[in-house]
Amino acid sequence: MMDIQVHKVGIVSCSGEEIPEGTLCRLACRKVLDERAGETVTICLPLFIAGGEEERTFAANYPTITVDGCDKMCAAKATEMLSGKPAKSLVIPEILQRHGLTSPEKLRHFGPEEEAAVKAVAAEIARAVDEVLGED
Amino acid sequence: MGKKDQKVVVLPCSGIGKVYGALSRETTYELVERLRPGLAVTTCLPLLVIKDPEAVALVTENPVITIDGCPKECAKKSVEALGKVVDKAYEAINFYKAHKDLKPKGVAEVDETGRKLATLAAGEIAQEVDKLAAEGGS
Repeated sequence: MMDIQVHKVGIVSCSGEEIPEGTLCRLACRKVLDERAGETVTICLPLFIAGGEEERTFAANYPTITVDGCDKMCAAKATEMLSGKPAKSLVIPEILQRHGLTSPEKLRHFGPEEEAAVKAVAAEIARAVDEVLGED
Repeated sequence: MGKKDQKVVVLPCSGIGKVYGALSRETTYELVERLRPGLAVTTCLPLLVIKDPEAVALVTENPVITIDGCPKECAKKSVEALGKVVDKAYEAINFYKAHKDLKPKGVAEVDETGRKLATLAAGEIAQEVDKLAAEGGS
């Protein structure tokens, strides 16, 4: 079997429009995508349904990290159901608990009060990216 | 006449890669938090992808407005995948085309100009929310 080196990791974010953790998830994922631009790529989760073959093979093309805002785990479930099993699944409430942080309370216009949470989640996503890239 | 507990579901794009996805969300939040709280509601689009029973019921039993951020129309198609006809579909870019002096910036969240544009867009969509609430939708 050919040894294929992994250069990019797919990040699938919960979009969580209805909950503050969804906004936190989007902002943290975006931060990692910007800071690790050469090593990460993303897809809009609903494209697994709304998109074509290219979108549905996303998890087959990239080892994938899913990031969910709540225990319904839409990102992990949808990725596994419609594209392929994620390499890692992260859940925001668990991350916040590990860091002794509380969930944000608003849906939009995050500022300094939410910055610690965004940084903590982004750091864990970045660590997961390192681990997935290192596993190769 | 509309039902007593009528709600109008507004579903934005989920994207974190383009400014118009962020504009669609900001517009939705303006509607559900400020302009039509209680009447306009939203849910997480991915809940429809995994067919969460509560989210599916909300969408299939109420009028639905989608605001998409790109031509792939994830929000509209996610609703249609449930066999539901969207009552009104918007593309966020058209709000900018109608207000060229307000060019939004930002990807995960829009900037101050984007917020102003979202306020205008939400004002326009609020009229459609009222109309659908009165008619009951499809």
